[in-house]
Amino acid sequence: MQSLIIKGGRVIDPSQNLDDLADLLVSEGTIEALKKGLKQPEGAAVIEAEGMVIVPGLIDMHVHLRDPGQEYKEDIFSGSLAAAAGGFTAVTAMANTDPVGDDPSVIRYVRERAGQAAVRVYPVGAVTKELKGEEMAEMGRIKKAGAVAFSDDGRPLVNGTLMRNALQYSSGLDALLIVHEEDPSLAAGGVMHEGAVSSVLGLNGIPAEAEEAMITRDLLLLKLTGGRLHVAHLSTAGSVELIRKAREEGLAVTAEVTPHHLLLTDRIVKNSGYSTDTKVKPPLRSENDRQALWEGLFDGTIDAVATDHAPHHPDDKDREFDFAPFGIAGLEAALPLLLNEVSSGRSKKLTLSLLVEKLSTAPARILGVPGGTLRKGSPADITIIDPSKIFTVNPETWHSKSRNTPFGGRRLTGAPVYTIVGGKIVMKEGVVVGDELEK
Amino acid sequence: MQALRRKDILGLEEMSAEEITFILETARSMQEIIQRSIKKVPTLRGRPVLNLFYEPSTRTKASFELAQKYMSADSVSVAGTSSSLVKGETLKDTVRNVEVMGVECVIMRHPVSGSSHYLARNVEASVINAGDGMHEHPTQGLLDMLTIWEKKGRLEELKVVIVGDVRHSRVARSNIWGLKKMGAEVVLAGPPTLMPPDLGAFDVKAFTCIEEAVEKADVIMALRLQKERQESGLFPSLREYAELYGLTLKRVAPAKEDVLIMHPGPINRGIEISSELADGPGSVVLDQVTAGVAVRMALLYLLLGGTKE
Repeated sequence: MQSLIIKGGRVIDPSQNLDDLADLLVSEGTIEALKKGLKQPEGAAVIEAEGMVIVPGLIDMHVHLRDPGQEYKEDIFSGSLAAAAGGFTAVTAMANTDPVGDDPSVIRYVRERAGQAAVRVYPVGAVTKELKGEEMAEMGRIKKAGAVAFSDDGRPLVNGTLMRNALQYSSGLDALLIVHEEDPSLAAGGVMHEGAVSSVLGLNGIPAEAEEAMITRDLLLLKLTGGRLHVAHLSTAGSVELIRKAREEGLAVTAEVTPHHLLLTDRIVKNSGYSTDTKVKPPLRSENDRQALWEGLFDGTIDAVATDHAPHHPDDKDREFDFAPFGIAGLEAALPLLLNEVSSGRSKKLTLSLLVEKLSTAPARILGVPGGTLRKGSPADITIIDPSKIFTVNPETWHSKSRNTPFGGRRLTGAPVYTIVGGKIVMKEGVVVGDELEK
Repeated sequence: MQALRRKDILGLEEMSAEEITFILETARSMQEIIQRSIKKVPTLRGRPVLNLFYEPSTRTKASFELAQKYMSADSVSVAGTSSSLVKGETLKDTVRNVEVMGVECVIMRHPVSGSSHYLARNVEASVINAGDGMHEHPTQGLLDMLTIWEKKGRLEELKVVIVGDVRHSRVARSNIWGLKKMGAEVVLAGPPTLMPPDLGAFDVKAFTCIEEAVEKADVIMALRLQKERQESGLFPSLREYAELYGLTLKRVAPAKEDVLIMHPGPINRGIEISSELADGPGSVVLDQVTAGVAVRMALLYLLLGGTKE
């Protein structure tokens, strides 16, 4: 394998507390050296990275690849191309597939398909059989097959005893439980955030309390059982406060937030004229909630940013609001959207380093997967960012099979220009290498 | 006469007081046609109009159809059911058919809020929202305002109380927007579980005591109570609702003596309103029906025919 030298870029690696100009040498798929004025080895490929930012490869810890079962929406290959295009070197694959990832065979299938993917794909196993919330899945066997975490995501774990048992049992496996927090009876029939906007639009609301009530219960159970809990897609100010308090008490809980919850509020449902691309769970909340999510990100309450990439076929979304499925596809817009927040200088607390921590270092740490660092000897998973590149969100050019984004047409400053996985360039200047691979 | 400067009528929230006044004035001139023995003008001859009703409707559908006949439009009515929406042809495919049929105006009733926005975005034809879910029912709001205007001679500074299931009511939403723009004071009343979760954007007061709400009211508008609401647990029983919130002569006594009693129909007699009140001297329930035809004639004229004369 040809070695690769990335020269003259600004290297930001929160895992080493590093933000400095340096050269990076990659050989045999791992990081060989990282320092200023590296000698260029003979025969090495060169990336001139002046003005660019070199960061550990981004890891999206919340992705629905729909494979097996709903390949018309997305598959492992198309999803991995979307990830590469978006600057991600690794993604998880949530278990709400058909069949469900509640059996080692499905996990093995995902891993096998991942072998042809453009980026690393880490399967997440189901907590309960068929995601029914009734009986625990064989978490031990599923973990052995290669699942990096467990989640019934898309569905909350309603039964308190089952949740208690799952937390307690998973602690014996040192497994991470990722939870979608929503009291289904409080959320029943809801299609957007409950508030002034839903009242005007005549749409059934999902109150913030549907999320907060469930988080409250699970934090109590976590205290009771031990285990490791990761709360997916926080959406309300109250949720942030609950996690903050639990962390102060020393509970082993982590949390993530999506770019859409950081950037949008329920007003967009109205302003877009009921666009189903704004229909997502948890719903886009109020401005107060949005501000609280940023605060949670800044003060460390929220560990990670994850897209909750939820691809849907255009036919599924092109419907009346109530009938359309929930979900926003995030992989190919997330990084530019967040870089744009940095470049627009919206908050002094939002630095590139913080962003890399939330998109790479923290997800690697929470999931316990390789990557998230540019230390010598680490896998050469690298994202190169051009912080001044003008980027327009255009779902028509996506590698994902989906188009469902409320950000279409946004002109942003900052975008990934290279995605490198295990020393191999899988995306260069927006062109994904791997189109020639068999689908 | 000038035309309306909009393609669609989706709701009253986005309409100005000037537009509403213009529509109501046009509707008043349509009232004259309705009074004639031969109620037909050739204004919209040869203009294709489609009525698309995905929810059962007697009054609104008949009213639109009559309006179309009086205006000599060529209209077709298609009735769908809510279940066919979920299982059968998608609205998207319906839309495509509408386009190739060359229909110039589509009137749609649909159980999902925002579906008229969806339709309007996807067709070149004008869209009149005949009720979309819990969102708006603009022609009902307009006909209610026309009725009040004809009886009271004005809308500004009138106190209008809307009683009942505001939460699920598209009629209430259209009336709140329309009446407030026209300078009326709007007050809501009913059990807290039947009020919208957040009234912030409407800027109206809500009361749980009907007697208090209707004090010195010029107009009291009762809303239809759907039996499903009781089944979904928002109040304990119909008889309790009738006892606590049903409109009766006694309960509306604090209103002005010449208070107008309105109801968009169909009425659940003895539940949201007593027969003595619904059929009493203050009741304008039937005037609402004739105003409905006039308003719909006016809208068809303004959307389709206004510039051609």
